[in-house]
Amino acid sequence: MTDTVAQTSTVADTKAPPDTMAWDSGLRRLMMIYLPLGCFVLILLFPFYWMAITSFKPNAELMNYKEHNPFWISSPTLAHIKHLLFNTSYPQWLKTTMMVAIGSTTLSLIASTLAAYAIERLRFRGSPYVGLGIYLAYLVPPSILFIPLATVVVQFGLFDSPIALILVYPTFLVPFCTWLLIGYFKSIPYELEECALVDGATRLQILRRITLPLAVPGLISAGIFSFTLSWNEFIYALAFIQSGANKTVPVAILTELVTGDVYQWGALMAGSLLGSLPVAIFYSLFVDYYVSSLTGAVKE
Amino acid sequence: MSVTTLPTAALAQRQPNWIVRLFDYKPFLIAMCLAPALGLLAVFLTYPLGLGVWLAFTDTTIGRRGIFVGFENFQYLLTDPLWWNAVFYSVFYTGVATFGKFALGFWLALLLNNHFPFKSLLRAIVLLPWIVPTVLSALAFWWIYDPQFSIISYLLVDVLHWRSTNIDFLGSPWPARFSLIAANIWRGIPFVAISLLAGLQTISPSLYEAAMLDGASAWQRFRYITFPMMMPILAIVMTFSIIFTFTDFQLVYAITRGGPVNSTHLLATLAFQRGIAGGELGEGAAIAVSMIPFLVFATLFSYFGLARRKWQQGEAND
Repeated sequence: MTDTVAQTSTVADTKAPPDTMAWDSGLRRLMMIYLPLGCFVLILLFPFYWMAITSFKPNAELMNYKEHNPFWISSPTLAHIKHLLFNTSYPQWLKTTMMVAIGSTTLSLIASTLAAYAIERLRFRGSPYVGLGIYLAYLVPPSILFIPLATVVVQFGLFDSPIALILVYPTFLVPFCTWLLIGYFKSIPYELEECALVDGATRLQILRRITLPLAVPGLISAGIFSFTLSWNEFIYALAFIQSGANKTVPVAILTELVTGDVYQWGALMAGSLLGSLPVAIFYSLFVDYYVSSLTGAVKE
Repeated sequence: MSVTTLPTAALAQRQPNWIVRLFDYKPFLIAMCLAPALGLLAVFLTYPLGLGVWLAFTDTTIGRRGIFVGFENFQYLLTDPLWWNAVFYSVFYTGVATFGKFALGFWLALLLNNHFPFKSLLRAIVLLPWIVPTVLSALAFWWIYDPQFSIISYLLVDVLHWRSTNIDFLGSPWPARFSLIAANIWRGIPFVAISLLAGLQTISPSLYEAAMLDGASAWQRFRYITFPMMMPILAIVMTFSIIFTFTDFQLVYAITRGGPVNSTHLLATLAFQRGIAGGELGEGAAIAVSMIPFLVFATLFSYFGLARRKWQQGEAND
């Protein structure tokens, strides 16, 4: 097959390399690029396939590989999802997680937009150091902070309250968003702001009417990134929330659904699938923003 | 467009209003703009960091204010085999997982840097393991590593007939350690690959053209152009990766909770077990604080180690 492809390409394009070499490079390309790429995609996606297929399998098939091919479902069922939605507080957990994610994203977007504007555009003595300080804050991992933070949360009387999470998540969201937005503000021509200043606009008007509208792509990137990060956060939610109703999805699945010695894999996987879907959908809508923010932040 | 509409709006607001003038006063405006971000970080990051170091020198438990006990917690940790075990596994986990992530991630980035159809779709798919909540994909791995119904065992035993018994992934120390590392590598590849891909795309094609004119082989082009040009971004991504792998918590907590027989405890999970679950806040804080020297060392090593090599090569090439 590759042979004919190579021949047609030489006929079509007179400048193409000689026949043998084209065939060689076609096969080479297949072996060197497509084959490893296929393996990567297969391995990276397999756990999701396995998660999805487990959540629709009846228990009989789940525990019997001899009679049923484990890679496929013979009689799909919605029992696990039904169990999850009606016999557990899963909808409540989803609601809490959504609330926490939206709350902390809004809070960090406001705080980091203002901070990035001050650092990049208001230019004061020491602004690079403030920027560096905020960047260093990103390097402090939550694993070091959660024990003292738990005592701080208790002191504020916020233990076991989702508000604690909304206030704490910005500690890792603000540094990231600020750096992302500094990068975006840099790309907006300063002349636009000078024009507005000459026309007598105040600084806040400039921020609201010129800088922010032009930084919308950056704001969207920062927003989705924060939303995903707060949706996925685990250690703070595990340490600060006790009662079942206030838990976020990742914590609740692990602590409330894993019961006894026999794991209900169908329900667990259905819970994981449903908990991953919002982020996955959100992500698929904004892939380009996502990739650009990830790479932009690393390049800074 | 918005520039042309501004003067009228500005004139309307141009009354001698003291609030407006206050907000136009630069030092005040700067303070107001920085206040939310710096306030949040000071209260929930800097203060807890200091408090954590203080707690490590006290015998605080949940519900009781501790008193200063000096280095007692750390002296105790030095004699605690579980802590040494966690130190060993944290270093091992970070080392092996970082190596795996970067080797495979760099390879994937090089593959994605070629031209083929559906490239952006593939790039989007590849990032999925990194988007999905770690705990949830960890649960999927837990199920994949099930002693009885593991799909990997099924493949090896019933389909390929390479083994006669199921693999006991999480039942004994070493297989459990490597299973966790494999899950961590799986989760880390996308981030490394996409970041490095961004770096690859900034390398000017003219460098490769020049090298090809000089007759450089594919390996030589990789070794003398791609690799040195990638050094700065590699240093940054590796610093981040090492920090967040060393302090990893979710994956281990979700899959093994430190077992079997405490062989897979990372420092973070040990700190959680002692500090929050066990209530010994002082000791937990001491374990968390004991991560800091490793982190500082790893950061300096990866950042300056790689940055210096880049600088040396830059000197030699000029």
